[in-house]
Amino acid sequence: MMATTDRFTGTTRKVTAHLTQNEGLSFEKSSPGKKGYKLAPLDVPAVDAAALLGEAVRKDEPTLPELSEIEIIRHFTRLSTWNYAIDLGMYPLGSCTMKYNPRVNEFVSRLEGIAEAHPYQPESLSQGALGIIKLLQDCLMEITGMDAITLQPAAGAHGEFTGIMLVRAYHQSKGNPRKHVIIPDSAHGTNPATAATCGYQVVNLKSNAQGGVDVAALAQMVNEDTAAMMLTNPSTIGVFENEIHKIADVLHDKGALLYMDGANMNALVGKTRPGDFGADVMHLNLHKTFSTPHGGGGPGSGPVACKKTLEPFLPSPVLKQGSNGLLYWDYNRPQSVGRVRMLYGNFGMFVRALAYILANGPDGLRQTTEDAVLNANYIRRKLEDVYDLPYSTPSMHEVVFSDKRQTRNGVKTGDIAKRLIDYGFHPYTTSFPLIVPGALMIEPTESESREELDLFIDAMRQIAREVEENPELVTSAPHSTRVSRLDETTAARKPVLRWQAAGASEAVEIDSAAKEW
Amino acid sequence: MRYLPKSDTERIEMLREIGATSIDDLFSVIPDEYRLERDLDIPRQMGESEVVEYFKAAAARNANGYASFLGAGAYRHYRPVIIDSLVQRGEFLTSYTPYQAEITQGTLQAIFEFQTMICELTGMDIANASMYDGSTGAAEAVMMAIRVTGRDDVLVARTVHPEYREVMHTYAQHQGHDAREVGYGPDGRIDLAALEQAVTEETACVLVQSPNFFGIIEDIPAIAEIAHKKNALLIVSIAEAVSLGIVRPPVEADIVSMEAQSFGVALSYGGPYCGVLAAKEKYLRQMPGRLVGETKDTQGRRGFVLTLSTREQHIRREKATSNICTNQALVALMTTIFLTVYGKQGMRELAEQNLAKAKYAANALGKQGRVLFAGTPRFHEFVLQTEEPAGQLNARLLEKKIIGGLPLEKWYPELGNATLWCATELTTKEQIDAAAAVIAGAPVAVSTR
Repeated sequence: MMATTDRFTGTTRKVTAHLTQNEGLSFEKSSPGKKGYKLAPLDVPAVDAAALLGEAVRKDEPTLPELSEIEIIRHFTRLSTWNYAIDLGMYPLGSCTMKYNPRVNEFVSRLEGIAEAHPYQPESLSQGALGIIKLLQDCLMEITGMDAITLQPAAGAHGEFTGIMLVRAYHQSKGNPRKHVIIPDSAHGTNPATAATCGYQVVNLKSNAQGGVDVAALAQMVNEDTAAMMLTNPSTIGVFENEIHKIADVLHDKGALLYMDGANMNALVGKTRPGDFGADVMHLNLHKTFSTPHGGGGPGSGPVACKKTLEPFLPSPVLKQGSNGLLYWDYNRPQSVGRVRMLYGNFGMFVRALAYILANGPDGLRQTTEDAVLNANYIRRKLEDVYDLPYSTPSMHEVVFSDKRQTRNGVKTGDIAKRLIDYGFHPYTTSFPLIVPGALMIEPTESESREELDLFIDAMRQIAREVEENPELVTSAPHSTRVSRLDETTAARKPVLRWQAAGASEAVEIDSAAKEW
Repeated sequence: MRYLPKSDTERIEMLREIGATSIDDLFSVIPDEYRLERDLDIPRQMGESEVVEYFKAAAARNANGYASFLGAGAYRHYRPVIIDSLVQRGEFLTSYTPYQAEITQGTLQAIFEFQTMICELTGMDIANASMYDGSTGAAEAVMMAIRVTGRDDVLVARTVHPEYREVMHTYAQHQGHDAREVGYGPDGRIDLAALEQAVTEETACVLVQSPNFFGIIEDIPAIAEIAHKKNALLIVSIAEAVSLGIVRPPVEADIVSMEAQSFGVALSYGGPYCGVLAAKEKYLRQMPGRLVGETKDTQGRRGFVLTLSTREQHIRREKATSNICTNQALVALMTTIFLTVYGKQGMRELAEQNLAKAKYAANALGKQGRVLFAGTPRFHEFVLQTEEPAGQLNARLLEKKIIGGLPLEKWYPELGNATLWCATELTTKEQIDAAAAVIAGAPVAVSTR
């Protein structure tokens, strides 16, 4: 419900309040003796577990819920209704590429011969799975313009880790792993975390006045200790680095490599290829560009594509095709960085991503990219008179505004984001990239119709007016959700990270070093 | 393209409103020489029926209708139907990481339940909201122990899954530390005397797996005592989570790294699976990955939020506990539903069935070969040593539509013609008898169900 006030309160056009069911924790609903399962009768002699296992037998009973099937269905269905989702509407999280997750992807990933394939079943009985991997690899290499690829990494950050490991192995093979990785201040947090994980020092590169790479500053920074630069292109402000080839040249001149963070690949597919403009190695996020569902935070998949020079270092095993046409895993990879994950990667995501590529074809993928960029520019055009646009450089697939005008009324990007919820939208990404103070990072993706975009624009414009005339309404938002703003400070100071039987959940003790929270 | 909700007329109108004459205007920032002026060389756009046919044909080229005795870190258990019904709800499937707590309470509460269940099962105090899988989880646990102790020597049992060990070496090699391996004794468990000798004041942690790669249950209290004597942490990796229904949880461990694939997650040729880290609460600050905590809203109502994010990369950048961002949330939800379905009694009953099937299988197959480490408690896997080379034996089994045990020669050449067999509640007596008959060289008929 909206707060009652004489001052301006916007009209929500997309949503109407309705009831949602209350639901406790499954543990609180449990009662002894109820069952939601029925095992088939044992067709072999029963065993005495205590006699077989001796000291190793479990004596305590874990506290797990005891519920019937209908209660379990209702429990999780009720919880589900408390979530916002792409299936409900626009999810304009910048840098997250929340696009439609096609249902045929889900269907084919559940076909028995695919879902039940054991990773160690003989290769002769896995040719279907290997064929899927082969075709996806070929498509992704063509899309990126790269020569080689691994699908082993489980997510984008894991792909970054793998990619920087390749960089390291490459330099090591030349006698010196080098010391640092250059990362623009506009980068995702995973980039510096990755470089550090791979044993590199992080050197921050300040963005130029256009929010892009300052090529002159970069040239001064790059030296024989530079292993690589990690660059997101288009950048996190949605801008294509139009001096990309100069950047690559500056790095290559000193023997350093260009790592491209492919998080924003949705702006490029079918229009330009990183392998053509100088990137040596990059990761893709199948859960962004290639439509596999985010699932509330995963699973993802982070393939890493690279140039021929890095191919010897790819994680083991690598897919090969024998002269008999049969596909097989090649484990004989003496220069490999090693495994980054057991088995072959998140295969279920490969199936979905390939289904997406096949459903699109070259024309569909190009149109997808064009629509994503069209949508972002449409939003930009329709909001730039009410929200501050810190960089006027042309936008690709996302647009970044700042809350500069709204902060005059004490309203910040996070408040506007929360108010968007009342209008029936998921918020955009707030406060990122760090180079834009009070950023509103909006990525509509191609999946939004003009009607949905217009509703979003209308909501954003009404909120801008509320900020002028009724700022408290915005700073106290959301007003329509099951819960209002949550006390995150107490959650961090006195963490309650699990349910406890009998009585209130207790906070865990944190040692004194935790004060930095 | 059917996923794109725009007509060409709308596109033209939108371009006009933007002030662009054509879509190419919006891509003019890409220098000419890097613009792709041709179609991507990938298969043409397919109708939905063609997409389905492509994957059906691929599925048909995988094993179909075989009885399988494979395990080794990827287990075939029955997956209750409601798991899939529930995780295909778009509100779960197509939601993002729950950073906006007010409109993601469903995901947040489910993760809170997941964390609780993992603590209950493992005997640990805290659990995170998931890692990629068991192998990377074990590697992250080792990194965590190094941060906690400030030491950099790592000991890992050779009875840990070989691929987990490979991943750990990859993670460790550029961090200035590497792992030393500790062998196993005649009982198939880590060699305690060798371990005692190997642990020093510099040892950050000892990593073991239980049930180990051979299916044997390690003597966790004894290992803990050796590790803790030198103030090293004990990390216990659990690749077969169903074992916790009947096997004593590793309460002496400091960190437990678990692969929860067994809890209702499809084999899917190796992923996505579900890693999870659980630990004693004093190590909370060094825990990687997301955590969900309970709190209250401005009206005093209970709610859940992602918390303690100052450990994480999006706040801490290069000083973060890990670079992990996306995890395995939907898979964690699947395991949560699985555990809710089986509940307190079902987990025990399920684990007991697995124990019984493996016992029967080891007896039946043991008559045709030798079950190694036979006197040591194990869960549902065992190593079978045969006269016949593993490749030849498995080829004979395949002729009868049976996928036999996993050959171990690649990783454990010292065991000779050894294969690792697994029996779960889905393995039937008929399948076991059939496999035994093939090994014995007798003619058989086998049904796969």
